[in-house]
Amino acid sequence: MGRSAVMAPVPSKLYSDDVSLLVVLLDTNPFFWSTASLPFSKFLSHVLAFLNSILLINQLNQVVVIATGCNSCNFIFDSSSVPANPNLENGRMPALCSNLLQKLEEFVTGDEKLSKEVLAAGIGSSLLSGSLSMALCYIQRVFRTGPLHPQPRILCLQGSPDGPEQYVAVMNAIFSAQRSMVPIDSCVIGAQHSAFLQQASYITGGVYLKPQQLDGLFQYLSTVFATDLHSRRFLQLPKPAGVDFRASCFCHKNTIDMGYICSVCLSIFCKHHKKCSTCGSVFGQAQSDGNSATDRKRKTPET
Amino acid sequence: MHNGTGSLPFVQFKPIKNFTSPSSVSCIGLVGVLEVKPRPKPYAFIHSILGFSLFIYTSMNDMEHRKTNDGEGRRLDGEEEEEEEDEDEGNGRGLDAWERAYADERSWESLQEDESGLLRPIDNKTIYHAQYRRRIRSLYSSTTTARIQKGLIRYLYIVVDLSRAASEMDFKPSRMAVVAKHIEAFIREFFDQNPLSQIGLVTIKDGLAQCLTDLGGSPDSHVKALMGKLECSGDSSLQNALDLVHGYLNQIPSYGHREVLILYSALSTCDPGDIMETIQECKKSKIRCSVIGLSAEIFICRHLCQETGGSYSVALDESHFKELLLEHAPPPPAIAEFAIANLIKMGFPQRAAEGVISICSCHKEAKVGGGYTCPRCKARVCELPTECRICGLTLVSSPHLARSYHHLFPIPPFDEVSLSLLNNPHQRSSRACFGCQESLLIPGNKPTLCVACPKCKQHFCLDCDIYIHESLHNCPGCESFRHSKIVSVTEE
Repeated sequence: MGRSAVMAPVPSKLYSDDVSLLVVLLDTNPFFWSTASLPFSKFLSHVLAFLNSILLINQLNQVVVIATGCNSCNFIFDSSSVPANPNLENGRMPALCSNLLQKLEEFVTGDEKLSKEVLAAGIGSSLLSGSLSMALCYIQRVFRTGPLHPQPRILCLQGSPDGPEQYVAVMNAIFSAQRSMVPIDSCVIGAQHSAFLQQASYITGGVYLKPQQLDGLFQYLSTVFATDLHSRRFLQLPKPAGVDFRASCFCHKNTIDMGYICSVCLSIFCKHHKKCSTCGSVFGQAQSDGNSATDRKRKTPET
Repeated sequence: MHNGTGSLPFVQFKPIKNFTSPSSVSCIGLVGVLEVKPRPKPYAFIHSILGFSLFIYTSMNDMEHRKTNDGEGRRLDGEEEEEEEDEDEGNGRGLDAWERAYADERSWESLQEDESGLLRPIDNKTIYHAQYRRRIRSLYSSTTTARIQKGLIRYLYIVVDLSRAASEMDFKPSRMAVVAKHIEAFIREFFDQNPLSQIGLVTIKDGLAQCLTDLGGSPDSHVKALMGKLECSGDSSLQNALDLVHGYLNQIPSYGHREVLILYSALSTCDPGDIMETIQECKKSKIRCSVIGLSAEIFICRHLCQETGGSYSVALDESHFKELLLEHAPPPPAIAEFAIANLIKMGFPQRAAEGVISICSCHKEAKVGGGYTCPRCKARVCELPTECRICGLTLVSSPHLARSYHHLFPIPPFDEVSLSLLNNPHQRSSRACFGCQESLLIPGNKPTLCVACPKCKQHFCLDCDIYIHESLHNCPGCESFRHSKIVSVTEE
């Protein structure tokens, strides 16, 4: 996937407004897939058929796949890159699928190796913020190619639960996508709803769906998520049922209706406190320098 | 050498016999020993007009070449009065393209010499990147040592100077129009980055300051009010504006940061009293005043900004003005004593179910579904963030708070990478930008400039660097590796 792999310029009269660039964020978290109701191999076959159908809808469509692992994220597939060996076929699947599967296999084994020690039971989340950030950087590159570019959108195929430590990063990515007008669609494979993805789809104008019958995943994908942005105006797509925008308090993690916000660091509390536990500011009196920094990331000293 | 009389359409020549006749005195310099005598009366008028217009034309040509901004069309002779009036309008309509390149566009400035002395066009992209890196470096160097708080809840007054000086045309079409256009963009950007803050607008006209809109959080109402009131006249008074703003800002709660941004076009100020006293009062009330000048640097503005801790800058042209204005959108580093930390009670309303009919408190009319319910008094509001009109509770949603979190956890600027490292085959990072997968080597094997994150050591191209720091606020490398900190330590 280098500079030489960009597609040849298209004469503008062939370029219609329903050309799309679809970036698929595939959840490969082994902690989730080992306990999922749908086996990973069946899931992949649904997804591969879906990707092929996207490429068939319009010859200028582009598909990019990014894998969201448990310890790392990486680009798996880019349909606009020239395949290394176009004649490579293993008899059953065409070249593009084998390419994708091979890279995916390498990624999953590499991801597993990165698991350092036995992780605590709480970590079942995948690095959604990382793959969202990579997708957005790639989309910015597409925007830079000039006035003729496909309409980008992001599709998250997520099964793992939300990791609360990624909240700030995911929200940053969502706001950046909103500014660049890139919708984030979400298809939740897991058992519970994902609050992050509900907010993402609501804020960016995408579609959120939790399919009830996972055996028919391909049908859900091709009827809801395959349409390009221009044609979505003419379709009735699933509307968000009720997005919960309430915040959780930092002390108990309960969802609250009314709370108290520290004016310095914007942390949310459910009861009145004398001192902010995040930034250490004492409420009601003037500040002095040298507040203790509790959860502030430590910066490396500049040389 | 003429022997007899020669004749042109309007004049006739005769050799001079004596130098006493009045008509010949003025013509001696022109034709030497010949006397140029105008023909009978009807032609005399044309002769004088011709002479006068020739004089004006030659002097106009000199002024044309001295002017840099305005082009002046070539007018027909006999229209010299119009030429003088039209000087200020400055349209290059009548200039040919080759003339515009010198008069308007200054084509010689887009060339520079390279190391061998040959001329080549300026590479705008590298200059843009270099400027960006310098800006990031200067911004970040001031915040490394101490833990600098930022004023996240801001109450900002924008003071627009609508005095006579705002009708000047050095910004096209006029200073006032340019300022209004960029204020609209600034207001939207401001609410995007500071959703909990409020803006108010004040205008200075005829020596008086008037409050155009009260402090509020809805961008559309401010923009609409501003666009409806764009007339300028009279003098500008800095003291009246400061007094007015001071009075309003004294009423806001103590946890808010008080700021004033003055967009000043005039070169003077007509004040009713001692402006130094007003400045001291603003300083005592902890109001941070910044000024962006459109004409030239003025001492009193510089003094005001120094005393109150604001920033003063003067715009060189329209794009520079836009840049200076947008620099005030992200929250400035807060001086801790300025605002008292406090717990603010806020409500997080839920979205009402579809199909529910209720009367909304902002428009006072019945609406179907789609609004938010205040958790304290159950009144319906249409949009967030807002203050409930019935009980006064500030209503926000969690994404609004989340918009400000990146100010609290900024990512460090990326370090530039020396080009030789890229060719090292043992390097873990590949030769593609980690974010966008673009190759970092241009054909010819000469690597382009790239940067690396100090924490996760991934390489990024310069465009990704700009995008990450200005819009995304997440490093893809740090977010994509769960154990990135551990990995970077073991590599050292």
